[in-house]
Amino acid sequence: MSGKRLTARSYFVAWASLVLLSASTLLLSFAPLGGFHAGAAVLIAGIKAGIIVLVFMHLAEQSNVQRLALIFALLLLAILVTFTAADVATRHVTARPPVVGDR
Amino acid sequence: MKTDALQAHYEDLGKQTHAARLGMWIFVGSEALLFSALFTLYAAYRVAYPGTFGEAAGHTDLLLGSIMTFVLITSSYAVVAGLDAARRGRTGRVAPLLAAAMALGLAFLVLKGVEYTIHFRDGIFPGRFYRFEAFPTDGARIFFTLYYFMTGLHALHVAGGLVLLGALAWLARQGRFDAVYHTPLELGGLYWHFVDVIWIFLWPLFYLLR
Repeated sequence: MSGKRLTARSYFVAWASLVLLSASTLLLSFAPLGGFHAGAAVLIAGIKAGIIVLVFMHLAEQSNVQRLALIFALLLLAILVTFTAADVATRHVTARPPVVGDR
Repeated sequence: MKTDALQAHYEDLGKQTHAARLGMWIFVGSEALLFSALFTLYAAYRVAYPGTFGEAAGHTDLLLGSIMTFVLITSSYAVVAGLDAARRGRTGRVAPLLAAAMALGLAFLVLKGVEYTIHFRDGIFPGRFYRFEAFPTDGARIFFTLYYFMTGLHALHVAGGLVLLGALAWLARQGRFDAVYHTPLELGGLYWHFVDVIWIFLWPLFYLLR
């Protein structure tokens, strides 16, 4: 158990940051970002989730081992999502090219 | 210190709290797995129907969805403020703060219900019952089926969280938590914040990415 403790002020700052980030992602959804919309929205959601997990769920007060477990889980989730999406995205594109003659 | 808090099979309250916290994180992890599968499904179908998913997201209620986001974030803040009050020995504040969080959680469910009602009126139902005349494509049907499944499952978690917060508020009123012992508050908070995190991802996927 580490010694540091979150304060009432840190909870308030976390809440204010969550509100500001939500407002900014809402405004950003009207901006002409083209293909970067999804990336920006998911990135901001990820930052918000990080604030909640670190401050509201007190991961900042826990040991590094517990943080490592969460990071590893997120890595696995990222692999699951990106590889599944990549499979769907490339299913028709990477068909074997027609072979002329041998080999 | 509440003498009845320590169970016989633990040497001290520190070890008991550590075990309880570990158990709660494992439970939250298993819940995250459940939602992860659905998020993966969403990603796969979004890649398969990129244009349709963007257009379909334009048919959910952005204003209601955004209000729900701020409502849920603020309810999480109320829960953590309640835990903080208990930690600092201001036990009288715990129950009112939990009640405020419950009111916000209930407001979230009411808004979700209002939005579902609007969808039903338009003929937006999940699966084979889908008959939204303005957007009669397979991709849109899949989008709204995922929408109902994911937001519905999330709403069930909010409802479950309300029961949990109610029980905690009741215990807090009975004076069961203090600066030394407040583990149930901490663990209940973990669950409520997890439910908040899920909505933080549902909001962009079903409302913002239009």
